[in-house]
Amino acid sequence: MFLREIAELLECEVLTGKESLDRDYEYAFGSDLMSDVLAYVEDDTILITGLVNHQVIRTAEMLDLKAIIFIRGKEPTADVVALANDHEMTLLATKYTMYTASGILYSKGLKGISV
Amino acid sequence: MQESMKYEFSVPTMDFTVAGEASSSIKKVLRQLGIDSGIIRRVAIATYEAEINIAIHSNGGKITCLISPEWVKVIAKDNGPGIENIELAMTKGFSTATSEIRELGFGAGMGLPNMKKCSDDFEITSEVDVFTQLVMTLYL
Repeated sequence: MFLREIAELLECEVLTGKESLDRDYEYAFGSDLMSDVLAYVEDDTILITGLVNHQVIRTAEMLDLKAIIFIRGKEPTADVVALANDHEMTLLATKYTMYTASGILYSKGLKGISV
Repeated sequence: MQESMKYEFSVPTMDFTVAGEASSSIKKVLRQLGIDSGIIRRVAIATYEAEINIAIHSNGGKITCLISPEWVKVIAKDNGPGIENIELAMTKGFSTATSEIRELGFGAGMGLPNMKKCSDDFEITSEVDVFTQLVMTLYL
């Protein structure tokens, strides 16, 4: 699924990385626990999270993840966005909850990873 | 002994805006050296978990990365409370992290098992009230 389509489905604000909205993804993983993200996620997965601190970006960086969707209307501070920008990530923000956002994307064919 | 390159970074305690910088720098160096991306990823995850652990659980420490033509070695050593029961600490899901740490997204008790999973060789030594040291080796 293209990031552009995801952004539309979840009525997202694009915080950074507009130029990568044509990137195609097959998998997503939702968690507020970065420990679990580090333990389970493989590359090229979209991260869906309600955490908005530096460590979300660092976690994504270590795993080579390039797209993060912040849920529940949470938005990171400018320095967190800048860090994501340094690593050419796309950050999206939606008002939907983790459950609803995940449900919408899953019903449209974006798969979950197996752990 | 074969020649290796050495990079050293200090890791402060409880500073979560800088935590991850050492791992990020090491990842950059490995990429510049043209090392296999799968190995870089495993080194990055293991180093980052170790860096977060130093920030969370110790009074600060340092991360040293040694790179030879045949292996990458990451040594994470902290000054701190040490680990009383290493076997228990290595158990998935066991954690002594506070609720503040959990709010940052860590403290799920996955760190040490994940570091071991990412490494080819994993050694942990600790002395209560003195230090904990992890040596993680990945063969190229």
